[in-house]
Amino acid sequence: MSILLDRESRVVVQGITGRMAQFHTKEMQDYGTNVVAGVVPGKGGETVFGVPVFDTVKQAVAATGADASLVFVPPPFAADSIMEAADGGIRYCVCITDGIPAQDMIRVKRYMMRYPRERRMVLTGPNCAGTISPGKALLGIMPGHIYLPGPVGIVGRSGTLGYEAAQQLKDRGIGVSTSVGIGGDPINGSSFRDILERFEADPETQVVCMVGEIGGPQEAEAAAYIQEHMTKPVIAYIAGLTAPKGRTMGHAGAIISAFGESASEKVEILTAAGVTVAENPSVIGETVARVMKKKAA
Amino acid sequence: MDIHEYQAKEILAKFGVTVPQGGLAYSPEQAAYRARELGGNRWIVKAQVHAGGRGKAGGVMLCNSEHEIQDATNEMFGRKLVTHQTGPEGKGIYRVYVESAVDFEREIYLGFVLDRSSQRVMIVASSEGGMEIEEISAEKPDSIVRSTVEPAVGLQEFQAREIAFALGIPTALTQQMVRTLQGCYRAFRELDATMVEINPLVITSDSRILALDAKMTFDSNALFRHPHVAELRDKSQEDPREARAADRGLAYIGLTGNIGCIVNGAGLAMATMDTIKLAGGEPANFLDIGGGATPERVAKAFRLVMSDENVEAILVNIFAGINRCDWVAEGVVQALTANPVDVPVIVRLAGTNVEEGQKILAKSGLPIIRAGSLMEAAERAVTAWKNDQKQNTKMRAI
Repeated sequence: MSILLDRESRVVVQGITGRMAQFHTKEMQDYGTNVVAGVVPGKGGETVFGVPVFDTVKQAVAATGADASLVFVPPPFAADSIMEAADGGIRYCVCITDGIPAQDMIRVKRYMMRYPRERRMVLTGPNCAGTISPGKALLGIMPGHIYLPGPVGIVGRSGTLGYEAAQQLKDRGIGVSTSVGIGGDPINGSSFRDILERFEADPETQVVCMVGEIGGPQEAEAAAYIQEHMTKPVIAYIAGLTAPKGRTMGHAGAIISAFGESASEKVEILTAAGVTVAENPSVIGETVARVMKKKAA
Repeated sequence: MDIHEYQAKEILAKFGVTVPQGGLAYSPEQAAYRARELGGNRWIVKAQVHAGGRGKAGGVMLCNSEHEIQDATNEMFGRKLVTHQTGPEGKGIYRVYVESAVDFEREIYLGFVLDRSSQRVMIVASSEGGMEIEEISAEKPDSIVRSTVEPAVGLQEFQAREIAFALGIPTALTQQMVRTLQGCYRAFRELDATMVEINPLVITSDSRILALDAKMTFDSNALFRHPHVAELRDKSQEDPREARAADRGLAYIGLTGNIGCIVNGAGLAMATMDTIKLAGGEPANFLDIGGGATPERVAKAFRLVMSDENVEAILVNIFAGINRCDWVAEGVVQALTANPVDVPVIVRLAGTNVEEGQKILAKSGLPIIRAGSLMEAAERAVTAWKNDQKQNTKMRAI
């Protein structure tokens, strides 16, 4: 059983009737993901690629046993949809939507705290590419064929930079246990540390590749966790060495606003914690291969 | 999105924060008239630009007569104010704010920010107002008081009182301070701000708590539900190229180098800039054209990057996943055929159908330099840029 997502995961797509959502629903089905339901308020009774659409998440869960959700809802309504999933019995939710107001995410995080830990939904994203356990299931918008099944866990903020890492691994014949996008927003569902904890406990993951960037405290928090608790080797790349201070670099969260948030400071903190840092994005695959070889020896 | 000081003060006043009397002016004559309206004999004239550090840069003047106001504002209007936050190009002064001068006894720093560790709104305050928060945290870190707000119930009175006592506010003014703190929090919360800063918040000689300066930044993702805030946008304070790009759905940030970048995805765009630097060059811009990289977006991106006259080479780095490389390559060829550029163009494609994409670029007959890895692309861009420079120098020598 891989982390977060498996062949048995039963997926509901929230906002399934949208153009992009339909396109990616088809892609996920082709990959082998078990898409069992869609939810769009007011469109209950319709079908999309043979998938029944419901008005509410609770109805979808009751009728299909859905336990994972993909939120493809426009920004003004996305926070509401995440909370509906959390209350409707979904165990794992990926939110793709980019542009959710930060204070909506503060409310979402606060709302999720009302459930005891064992019943609390896990959220990754928003503003991410999703999660894939290669050969098993895909919950997101990434191109499935660039990932081989294997022992490397990937966790990153960025979509295409994460693809870059996966493609470099594939070119070397190295596979991935699970790749998780935590998204580029300042307030997100799961942090690097949250996902690292899961990889550390996952028997299918032997090495972790972490793709971070400027802004926020989560890379430094991850470094502290790695140093104290992680037995598996971690390779990291941090984007944004040339990013000017105080400017938002595309991702809402990619902004250096405090001490320790620049790429060079993060590289320093991670290196001090024993992480092997790839100095440029072209050598991520190479660095993972080197660390794996050293581990095997 | 940033707004001006006078706009922030208007908003905060509606939420119960006390601010000095003031009036806005678009000309020196109007500034003098505002002073007459306000009465008194000492005024502060403040340049309205979207940047901090105005005082040290000459953007805030104390005037003792209408004549002095005319002189001071004559100097300000139309000028670019360069502060440590504006960059060397500065920001244009088109509005000034005239306020009655206030005598005060103490200066306090007060800030509300989104704290990414606690994922809540955090209040940061210090009894060492007047200095910038970076200086305070470097020089007087012990003076800083922090408090996070529970989002379900908002800022409670006891929390506000705790802050007031920690700052050593006179007991008679505790209630005023509580009102100020709660007003700021409500403004932050109700209008989807990402930052509220009052520096300094002063205790006047006649025992009032007054916001002498105010700064508010808003979450651009939430402007759809605050049209009256969105209206406060002042394009004269934005980089024209960045504003134009944003209006077209492209995330662009101008930098000082010569190698233009066109990339899909923010993380990959930053990684591309970093690789150019490692290869010995300097990026001219950050540009994320979005995950899909459609031909229309590629064409727009070329026009945008070429509008920067410092650009002497362009590096295109696209990871095509769902959209295949052959399709992206067609888009690049179309864009360059319709709008030829006179600088070297280096294209690096990765992802699905790379070989077909490369073939299309090769067959196009366009002088496109192709590269396999990102490092190779950056090295070729730097080499092409240097060669191009040499050629230009030679031509000039002839």
